[in-house]
Amino acid sequence: MVPIIETKDLGQTYERHQVLKDISLKIERGDFLAIIGPTGVGKTTLIRLLDLLEKPSSGQIYFDGIDVTRSGKSRLKARRRMALVQQKPTVFDMSVFSNVACGLKFRHEKKLVVRDKVEHMLELVGMREYRNRNARTLSGGEMQRVAIARALVTEPEVLFLDEPTANLDPTSVAKIEGILARIIGERKSALLMTTHDMAQGQRLAGKIGVLINGEILQIGTPSEIFFSPANMQVAEFVGIENILPGTISGKENELAIISINGVKIQAITGHAEGEAVYIMVRPEDIVFTPSRDVSSARNVFSGEIRSMSSVGPLVRVEVDCGFPLLGVMTMASSQEMGLTIGRVIYASFKATAVHVIKRF
Amino acid sequence: MSELWEAFKTAIHLLVTFDPEVVQIAWRSLWIAATSCAVCVVICIPLGNLIHFSRFRGKGLLISVIQTLYSMPTVAVGLIVFMLFRRSGPIGPLGLLFTPGVMVIGQIVLVTPVMLGLVISALSGIDKSIIETATSLGASRMQAYRICTREAKFAVMTAVIIGFGRAISEVGLSSMVGGNIEGYTRTLTTAIPLETGKGNFPLALALGIVLIFLAFLINIALYMLQHRRTWTRLFVWFQS
Repeated sequence: MVPIIETKDLGQTYERHQVLKDISLKIERGDFLAIIGPTGVGKTTLIRLLDLLEKPSSGQIYFDGIDVTRSGKSRLKARRRMALVQQKPTVFDMSVFSNVACGLKFRHEKKLVVRDKVEHMLELVGMREYRNRNARTLSGGEMQRVAIARALVTEPEVLFLDEPTANLDPTSVAKIEGILARIIGERKSALLMTTHDMAQGQRLAGKIGVLINGEILQIGTPSEIFFSPANMQVAEFVGIENILPGTISGKENELAIISINGVKIQAITGHAEGEAVYIMVRPEDIVFTPSRDVSSARNVFSGEIRSMSSVGPLVRVEVDCGFPLLGVMTMASSQEMGLTIGRVIYASFKATAVHVIKRF
Repeated sequence: MSELWEAFKTAIHLLVTFDPEVVQIAWRSLWIAATSCAVCVVICIPLGNLIHFSRFRGKGLLISVIQTLYSMPTVAVGLIVFMLFRRSGPIGPLGLLFTPGVMVIGQIVLVTPVMLGLVISALSGIDKSIIETATSLGASRMQAYRICTREAKFAVMTAVIIGFGRAISEVGLSSMVGGNIEGYTRTLTTAIPLETGKGNFPLALALGIVLIFLAFLINIALYMLQHRRTWTRLFVWFQS
């Protein structure tokens, strides 16, 4: 089956500054792809190109198998099968009802059809009682719900969401995520969302792409992205803080012994003996204990606490085990264990919690 | 002074009794200006959107030229239109010279730069996100322009009213290409100097009062647009 959207080597340059390079994507019907990446890496530019608001400097965009990179007529036809919800919603100076009805009117839908669809959509996003209010008088969260209703009412085959909950309060974020989750459940549309909120991408999307410095460095399921990042940049972005250089000094089937500053770490990897690698361990996979407990973890190290810092209900603990190891634990556990800087404790993690990538 | 007072009283009498000549001249002035203004609206709103939202080389220069033409003298436009429409001119065979039709054409030439420039300026106050949002919602170019014009409705209406004001108040063009023919091409602005020259002050004054009244209406409309006043608030404004 032809993907609903496909790009080949898509690139965008503004005044000699390359914002996007060689983006090759395939989005099938029913896919929900979240593009995550730090601020200013080209996420919005990518969405604008895919929504055909801009023309790319290089590469091709295919919509349902048709090249829509440049031709004006085919772009309008394709655009009428898509919809975009922007980070900062723009509403027109008219009533909520008229705002939501705009897309349908552009498509020359009959009055009765427009009325029924708009009423239904306003109900869905919980804005029915605001139907006659001027949309400019709404709060940010309400405006975003109008923008979502306005996009969805046209029943798009592809829905683009550009940071749809950025700058909103937690209540509005929860409401909008609820609406999106419902749509995902009900519709066969393809969804592409950009976000810098990794957790949101993980909560909503089936697939995640990591966009850094204008390039998509990895696409995969949320667990692939968060637990098996393809390279250092992705690992750093997804919050893996223990990234250590080492060499595979021994191997038995899939179990490898990796030397880091003379300390041996066991990990499951397909890399060969003698290879220079990076190992990555997520802070939440490290368990701290006051004594060497019996556990199934293959990696147990003692070390002195170098630093401790509170992050909400959690405490980040950095231990020197011959290499620096950062872990997190709850405030309650830390107080129960009486952790203080300088105290020696044990840090353990499983061989399966270690992700290994080749070091170039 | 008494002569002026007498003339004023006669003028008021002509107005309140709906003197046929005054009504005819005023009505002709209105429909010629309204027609040219309506054609200008049809030209200037889409063209203004096209110029404002397109990116092309020489855009700044084009806008400067349009703005320079704001102050184009009406007699200069009259001369050009006259030369084009005179019997031996390139459009002479149409036989439009000294007809209301050519007066409408002349006023279109005169008003277009003013209205176009003001429409472009009105649209420059609209956030770029408006046209992008409309486009992303599936609007064609014309549909997107309609949304943008609607967003800038107060400023666009101001442009239309100013254009109408320029059309109804011009003298040189109408007298040159219309010929000031009684009962056919005579308008308020061409009749006033003629009647003054003939010493028919009451009629000239009555026509002048109509013109001033129209100018007053235009100014009220502009004020209301600029202050977004409604008719109910207008009463309060009159009292203040």
